[in-house]
Amino acid sequence: MAYPPADGAAGNRPALVRVEGVSFSFGFRRVLEDVSLSIDEGDFLALLGPNGSGKTTLVKVILNLLTPERGRVFLWGRQAAEFLEWERIGYVPQKATHFDPAFPASAREVVAMALRSTRAVARLSRRKQEEAIRRALELVGMDEHRDRPIGRLSGGQQQRVFIARAIVTDPGLLFLDEPTAGVDAETQERFYDLLGRLNTAQGITIVLVTHDIGIVNKHVSRVACLNQKLIYHGRHEDFCRSGVDEMLAGGQHLVSHRH
Amino acid sequence: MIDAILHYAFLQRALAAGLFIALACAVLGVFLLLRKDAMIGHGLSHVAFAGVAVGLAVGWMPLLSALVVSVAGALGIMKLKESAGLHGDTAIAIFSSVGLAVGIILASVSGRFNVALFGYLFGDVLAIEPLEVGLSIALAILVVGLVALNYQRLLFMTFDREAARVAGVPVRRLDALITVLAAVTVVLGMKIVGILMVAALLVIPAAAGLQAARSFRSAVLGACAVAESSVIAGLLAAYVLDWPASGTIVLAAFLLFGILFLLRRRG
Ligand SMILES: Nc1ncnc2c1ncn2[C@@H]1O[C@H](COP(=O)(O)OP(=O)(O)OP(=O)(O)O)[C@@H](O)[C@H]1O
Ligand SMILES: [Mg+2]
Repeated sequence: MAYPPADGAAGNRPALVRVEGVSFSFGFRRVLEDVSLSIDEGDFLALLGPNGSGKTTLVKVILNLLTPERGRVFLWGRQAAEFLEWERIGYVPQKATHFDPAFPASAREVVAMALRSTRAVARLSRRKQEEAIRRALELVGMDEHRDRPIGRLSGGQQQRVFIARAIVTDPGLLFLDEPTAGVDAETQERFYDLLGRLNTAQGITIVLVTHDIGIVNKHVSRVACLNQKLIYHGRHEDFCRSGVDEMLAGGQHLVSHRH
Repeated sequence: MIDAILHYAFLQRALAAGLFIALACAVLGVFLLLRKDAMIGHGLSHVAFAGVAVGLAVGWMPLLSALVVSVAGALGIMKLKESAGLHGDTAIAIFSSVGLAVGIILASVSGRFNVALFGYLFGDVLAIEPLEVGLSIALAILVVGLVALNYQRLLFMTFDREAARVAGVPVRRLDALITVLAAVTVVLGMKIVGILMVAALLVIPAAAGLQAARSFRSAVLGACAVAESSVIAGLLAAYVLDWPASGTIVLAAFLLFGILFLLRRRG
């Protein structure tokens, strides 16, 4: 299977995300330097890098939460600042589970939040919205907990509810920023299988930020490695042969799953 | 007691205005508390004080002048917070003390409305006029309606502002909406419990509703129930005991809060 070049478009379809020469600083601290990459439809991209390497910052620049000091970001071929169809993007922030545990919202309400955020989704009928909520909760296996307060769920269950919220508008593109921090290994495994299913069965393009490459590799199709600059961006298999992974993992050997 | 309500128009007016206003305060209060913005009610009440003094000095209806001054003050607080990079409640503290300063100066310079001002400070709902009742009810309905229209978006940005922004929620526009609505409810609440206690209407029923809530909906409904019960119980008790209505309503709300608080700690 031939992949399109990293910075090009597949056929005449524009890449879902195109980052062109982006630099970003917090004050005098340079966090991103001349980062360019593109994300195509169907990708399952792992965005890797050590703590403080700028992964979260890059995601926030892509999502127009931060404005780059140099460079540009395109979403579906449109400049991020002018992009309007935000319901096409799902986002689970890194600190999603750091909310006030006493916040009074049921799992169902957390998912429903996203259903009036743009004009396009607000137009859905109430019945359609309820159906979308149920489908999203079922997909992540949380429908039976729909009426429980979000603060009383376990960290892994909360993350699944946040994913349900991110996918309830039926987005084509999903950003997850370290969604499994503080989740036990077995739950993580099932969690990544869920992401794999969303990617292959639902056709959702996934960007997964993590510094744990070990567990995700069987689902990941592409890898981007960040440490202020983009160190590597390409196919997962090539990444495993490039040795960058070993460098990142501190020499720990990783098995590549070939399909 | 029921007889009294059926009999006296002033009680009916107080009850009607009180029920609508308390409802608006309770609904908005839940959002304000969860936004950690409880102090804005307190600060805006002092700005409203300046507005009342302006109205009394130039001979406008104080409710209207307070409305204009408070909404302007609310937007000022928001702008100052954003642009000057001030910490936390600094902007609120500045506006609230300046509001008091302007009010005090106007009151003493014109010197002839101290009795009227007293009513605005401590509340005098039994003296509410028919025109004010109509205006209050209309504004309370407007507040509740605007919150209801933006309910899910407001909830989203209260729960997770960044995720809401990414989802396309116009968070800054809705910040302005919440702030302006807070100013409106403060002025309305002032008619019932007075400037010095109006923050109680925003905070206590909302805090009570949050005690046992398993969902946001139940928190809002609980806050409304507490607010309405406090107005009814407070007004009746005030009538029977010949206590001031404002203080009695606030105490009734506090009592209900206390009960819910204890129930939650035991259950
Ligand atoms: N709001 C901020 N103000 C100032 N500096 C910041 C801010 N947010 C992040 N930084 C700095 O920018 C750098 C990159 O942060 P970023 O959160 O993007 O890293 P990351 O790769 O996501 O790290 P982690 O794996 O720990 O999540 C860090 O050095 C961090 O200290
Ligand atoms: Mg991060």
